[in-house]
Amino acid sequence: MESLWPRIEPLLARVQKPARYIGCEEGARVAQHAPWKVAWLLLYPDSYEIGLPNQGLQILYELLNERDDAVAERAYAPWVDMERQLRAEGIPLFSVDSHRPAGEFDLLAFNLSAELVYTNLLNCIDLAGVPVRAGERSPTDPLVVAGGHCTYNPEPLADFVDAFVIGDGEQVVAEITEVVGDWKRGGRTPGSRERVLRALAAVPGVYVPSMYDVDYDGERLVGVRPRYPDVPARVEKRTIADLAAWPYPKRQLVPLTEVVHDRLNVEIFRGCTRGCRFCQAGMITRPVRERPAAQVRQMISDGLARTGYDEVALTSLSSADYSGIDEVVRGVVNDPSCSAQVGVSLPSLRVDAYTVGLAAEIAKVRRTGLTFAPEGGTWRIRQVISKLIREEDLYGAVDSAFSQGWQRIKLYFLIGLPTEADEDTLGIAELARNCVAIGRKHTNRVTVSASVGGFVPKPHTPFQWFGQNSEAELRRKVNLLKDETRRDRGVQLKWHDPKATLVEGIASRGDRRIGAVIEDVWRGGGVFQEWSEFFRLELWQDAMARHGLSIDWYVHRDRTEDEVLPWDHISAGLHKDFLWGDWQDALAQSGVEDCRWTPCYDCGACTGYGIEHRVASAVPPAGGSQGTGQDLASGGFVPVALLGARP
Amino acid sequence: MKLRFRFAKQGKIRWTSHRDLARMWERAFRRTQMPLAYSAGFSPRPKVSFGLALSTGHESVAEYLDVELDPERVVGLDIASLPDRLTAALPGGVDVMAGAVIDEAAGSLQHEVTSCRYELVAAGAGIDELRELATGALAADALVVTRHRKGQAVTDDIRPAILSLAVVEEVDGGVLITAEVATQPRGLRPAELLAALSADLVEVRVRRTHQWISCADGAREEPIPLRRDVHDAPPAPELERVS
Repeated sequence: MESLWPRIEPLLARVQKPARYIGCEEGARVAQHAPWKVAWLLLYPDSYEIGLPNQGLQILYELLNERDDAVAERAYAPWVDMERQLRAEGIPLFSVDSHRPAGEFDLLAFNLSAELVYTNLLNCIDLAGVPVRAGERSPTDPLVVAGGHCTYNPEPLADFVDAFVIGDGEQVVAEITEVVGDWKRGGRTPGSRERVLRALAAVPGVYVPSMYDVDYDGERLVGVRPRYPDVPARVEKRTIADLAAWPYPKRQLVPLTEVVHDRLNVEIFRGCTRGCRFCQAGMITRPVRERPAAQVRQMISDGLARTGYDEVALTSLSSADYSGIDEVVRGVVNDPSCSAQVGVSLPSLRVDAYTVGLAAEIAKVRRTGLTFAPEGGTWRIRQVISKLIREEDLYGAVDSAFSQGWQRIKLYFLIGLPTEADEDTLGIAELARNCVAIGRKHTNRVTVSASVGGFVPKPHTPFQWFGQNSEAELRRKVNLLKDETRRDRGVQLKWHDPKATLVEGIASRGDRRIGAVIEDVWRGGGVFQEWSEFFRLELWQDAMARHGLSIDWYVHRDRTEDEVLPWDHISAGLHKDFLWGDWQDALAQSGVEDCRWTPCYDCGACTGYGIEHRVASAVPPAGGSQGTGQDLASGGFVPVALLGARP
Repeated sequence: MKLRFRFAKQGKIRWTSHRDLARMWERAFRRTQMPLAYSAGFSPRPKVSFGLALSTGHESVAEYLDVELDPERVVGLDIASLPDRLTAALPGGVDVMAGAVIDEAAGSLQHEVTSCRYELVAAGAGIDELRELATGALAADALVVTRHRKGQAVTDDIRPAILSLAVVEEVDGGVLITAEVATQPRGLRPAELLAALSADLVEVRVRRTHQWISCADGAREEPIPLRRDVHDAPPAPELERVS
């Protein structure tokens, strides 16, 4: 394989941020290719700044490069200016490690974290010089594979991706390497592509869409069925049981240029059992698997010493829930070898005063902003979504934050939730106003920003049956809030574009027919759709119409209990009747407690795979937490004493 | 205590920006546990000051930065080993060539440095044509150009900023030119110099080889002189070579 660097370098003076394309990060491996090694190109189909920090990709990069029979490099979607240069010069997509052509790898492995990058996936395949449709590829073309949360509904990309990996990737990449290694050593002969795909379909956790037939009855999906007896009817997700066995990344990449989340990241647990019904991540990553505190501390001290970072993020879906959180945070903050200059960030804070105390311990010097995610404006809607934050806890947390020197609070909310009435929407403004009032007791320089996002129902959640709010309805709700907060000094309202929410809705619960739409949008120039400057709703609307597909039917329609869902042949371990029951509980405004510390609801994630929650503490955090071990009858009670004078 | 370091930035890493380079140095200082002095206040910053910015894409064997050390923690610090230790802690392509203790009262690099020397490879004209252009430019009383500074078009006579200009030889990709240009009161960029010679010229490669400080007696000196001539200094890989 030849390096493209001599041809790429002259282009760098003509593009923005050329450091995106040079590689050279600390921690990057010198790729040792060999004919007997399976060559993986790990691709993040978004810009370098967004893709480089992705921990999933970095973990697989290390694991594969540790193997004798594999080599892994990385690539990211070239920005539009670079793409123009590449296409004009006839240069294909390349790896940033050794600048090899993407088409010369055995596997193009995509990380899919968000639906709006789907067109970028097609663009990357095309830039690699590989046919975008899987059915048109020959044995000389790489296999296109994908993993990440979006693959729990793989159908919209089924025409373009040869194989999907469902669930944790740590173990399955080894098994895929072995299957692909056999194929490679066999010479990738004509006709062999079908055979290697069939062999991959037998690997647990791997879904090969071309091995399945899809039947429709008019609009209605009848089923997705395997074409051969040795192909599984249902693909079960992969789960690593013990995070302690996987202390990765050991050598986190340190980028040379600015990226998001530019800090040391240490994953403290995987999975979440809070049971928030809108949250796909919390449903599909069960059970909870904590990393032992000693290992966390070791990863922090090794990582800081190696990278020179002055900030470490303890990552998970709800970091304050980690049973060793106090110990770990104190350890970092007080460790002299970490020096006084190290900051700790907890990207997802629970909403209670205890958590604010923890945050105060961390931010001894700089107290810029604190973020909470109540998600719903009233206790009623928070019971519907099972995010059981009592008014008392929320206001207590806010009071605690302002009293300890914070001046800016950021609140995240969803609009367009099931059963949402205008009262719930307006509750967001009320809640933000109350936070300002609490803050004014402590300081005059109070800012409370309320970020509002349109809710997109996700597969494998209790809300997968819910008809998403229309763009017009979401816009009306945003306008309600704009009117309501216009006169409020101190409340800043921010909102996501309801148009983008609509497109996420098409891709989130789409079936295989949506593939043609994604291809049309890509051919129409619709790349980087998650970037507002490139997002074009009309491309999606036109493509849906051209293929005779109804946006209403795909996005806004409530599904029925007996309906076959496009992802029914993919299993996150969750029983469909558990999800349906939870959906009915939601409609009855009944939330559930966290099952880490309460009896099992038999969702299926633990029992189905014989895995237990691995938590160090058998009891919930002190004082109960987010509906667990608390008196829920008091959830809607607003502690007037905290509010003080109205602003 | 104030230290000054001289370093090179070569190879692929030259496509990083001046800001990127500052972050690399901050991480290297933490990795080597340099006892830096910090500013006071709510967000303490290490006292590090960079000299002239190097354009993204340009190489250099004459970059400088000054750091101030915490006098209480400096005891026992092995200053002689610092260049090697820092080089090991910096990304490949950034090499610390020398370090020196400087006078506490020394002025900042940005103010002290008066000129710098570049080697640049230009394409778009043959060597004979370039020689004529250079001779013409040096003979001119004024070279008035319009250039952009902070988003504003500024018309300047850049002739006084050209202290020397020589067309050396044909090399891979174009013609090698050496130029010493003033950095005060306003720096002259290599691309601006080429544009002043002819609109057809394209900048292919640029390397900064020296920065100079003018002395009162008319002589000049480098912020840290190297014992050997810079052309012998390691490492100077060919630009296109792939690691």
